[in-house]
Amino acid sequence: MTVPAVRAARPVRPAGPPGGAPGRRRGGRGGQGGRRGGRWGVHAFLLAVSLAFLAPLLLAVYASLRPYEETARDGYFSLPSRLSFDYYRQAFTDSGMGRYFLNTLLIAVPGVLITLFLASFTAFAVARLRLRGSLLLLMFFTAGNLLPQQVIVTPLYVLFTKVPLPYWMSDSLTLYDSLWAVLAVQIAFQLGFCVFVLANFMRTLPREILEAAIVDGAGVWTRYRHVTLPLCRPALAALGTLEFTWMYNDFLWGLVFLSDGDKLPVTSALNNLRGQFFTDYNLLAAGSVIVALPTIVVFLLLQRHFIAGLTLGANKG
Amino acid sequence: MPKTAARRAGRRGPRRHTRRDLAVLCVLLGLPILLDLVLVWGPTMASIGLSFTDWDGVGDIEWAGLGNYTHLFTDYPQFWPAVRNNLLWLAALGLLAAPFGLLLAALVDRGVRFSRFYQSTLYMPVVLSLAVVGFITQLILSRDQGALNALLGSERDPVDWLGDPDLNIWMILLAACWRHTGYVMILYLAGLKSVDPTLKEAAAVDGATERQTFFRVVLPALRPVNVIVGVITVIEALRAFDIVYAVNKGRNGLELLSVLVTDNIVGEASRIGFGSAIAVVLLLVSLGFIVTYLVQELRGEERR
Repeated sequence: MTVPAVRAARPVRPAGPPGGAPGRRRGGRGGQGGRRGGRWGVHAFLLAVSLAFLAPLLLAVYASLRPYEETARDGYFSLPSRLSFDYYRQAFTDSGMGRYFLNTLLIAVPGVLITLFLASFTAFAVARLRLRGSLLLLMFFTAGNLLPQQVIVTPLYVLFTKVPLPYWMSDSLTLYDSLWAVLAVQIAFQLGFCVFVLANFMRTLPREILEAAIVDGAGVWTRYRHVTLPLCRPALAALGTLEFTWMYNDFLWGLVFLSDGDKLPVTSALNNLRGQFFTDYNLLAAGSVIVALPTIVVFLLLQRHFIAGLTLGANKG
Repeated sequence: MPKTAARRAGRRGPRRHTRRDLAVLCVLLGLPILLDLVLVWGPTMASIGLSFTDWDGVGDIEWAGLGNYTHLFTDYPQFWPAVRNNLLWLAALGLLAAPFGLLLAALVDRGVRFSRFYQSTLYMPVVLSLAVVGFITQLILSRDQGALNALLGSERDPVDWLGDPDLNIWMILLAACWRHTGYVMILYLAGLKSVDPTLKEAAAVDGATERQTFFRVVLPALRPVNVIVGVITVIEALRAFDIVYAVNKGRNGLELLSVLVTDNIVGEASRIGFGSAIAVVLLLVSLGFIVTYLVQELRGEERR
């Protein structure tokens, strides 16, 4: 789901904080009296759709709080005789979700940081240094990010089984079945999107600062680290939020490149809650809620950054 | 275009980079390029190469010519259903989810009260992983305990929403749309906020109705957003995998190209060559869209 947004903001406009919606006048407030009926219609419609969108989540939460015997007997739309967090405890202790969360963090935290570092420098080189072929470089990264993951998964799988790693890095002695493999692929695959968004963002920064730095004799590193990067904080925050969610949500890489169940990231591990012959859907609901909770919390807390990340460059500024 | 001229001039001038600068550039630009080459573009090329071979991943690689492809097109019963399902996926996201997302964005953008609440709620499914969406789908649609059957009161004669191969893909598409709509909505919402309000005012002065203004003035002004939404929709449809894999590993009516690729490498019989051939089909389709998109981008760059 990672598609870079269209063109950069035009250079005319200096970098405003992304996401902060421009204070826009609402035209045509005049004939409000006649429109009131339409307004209520809009409200009713939006409210109905919102509730319909929320319903599956609420149902999952409700189901996860009720014992299987009860919902099997009375169905999900019955009043509860007992609500408990037993399934959460079970999901955590019996299936060791704590460990899976740790695996996810081991992948997502360094993943986001390294991706942002490498992407921001590449974007800086593409957008702020007058290098030959910078456009080509941009295309190289962008197109790479748009490929379906399954196109590259087979050769990567073969490659990883052939790359030896010392025991202290991977107990499988190869890159395959180690978190390193997932981390590396995540970084390489997400680089494209970040480069694209950051390059677009950096183009909107005023050039004068950079030129002043060049006059002062600042080298490439100083211009990147001390002149450009501080101005990119809003974009970096937005991308960081978004990338964390994406890496957290990833399902395929963990599934294909890890064979030891103990190493799975939490999203891929969710499958383990399903029994061989019998699936307790309420337990699965609890697991789903546990897995979904961090992303929802991140979204609600950092909503502004989150949306800014997606739309950065999507609108023409 | 004075800027381009200046750029050209700058290039012809003496190099401005010191040795230290060049070292920094080589390392910090080389590393991401290397990563992308080795882990993205290299494997893409390798997929193409391997698709012409017969290989199980261990023994010798044997040249198979077009054998994998003929086998795929003529003698692999899951292939055409998978293609059909991918196309259905594209149609559902493009014809249902995307217009619905646009409608919601247009409504939320009218500045009704609580629009922040609507916006957050409608967007919420997007932050869920597709695997979680798959599990929630089962909670609602499973035959014996599912909420939908309970709601319809059909416990006596339960509908097997996810087990019936004629029915399940539609249900899964609904779940996919649930998640895609919010994504499209957010993109359009940002686009709508950036549309110059004077455009609308001008249209209103000229006597255009609200609908005319929207379709003839606002929507064309949103062209860049339309392009992204199109690309996202196509890519999502081609990448579709997690939901069906979470539901039933993509069997029994839920075949997808991505599932077939995965099955051929993680499955017991690891058929690397054959799996690659399916991946190449996926690549060719997506490449068509990617190239179109990039050409547009490139034109935009040149115009600047």
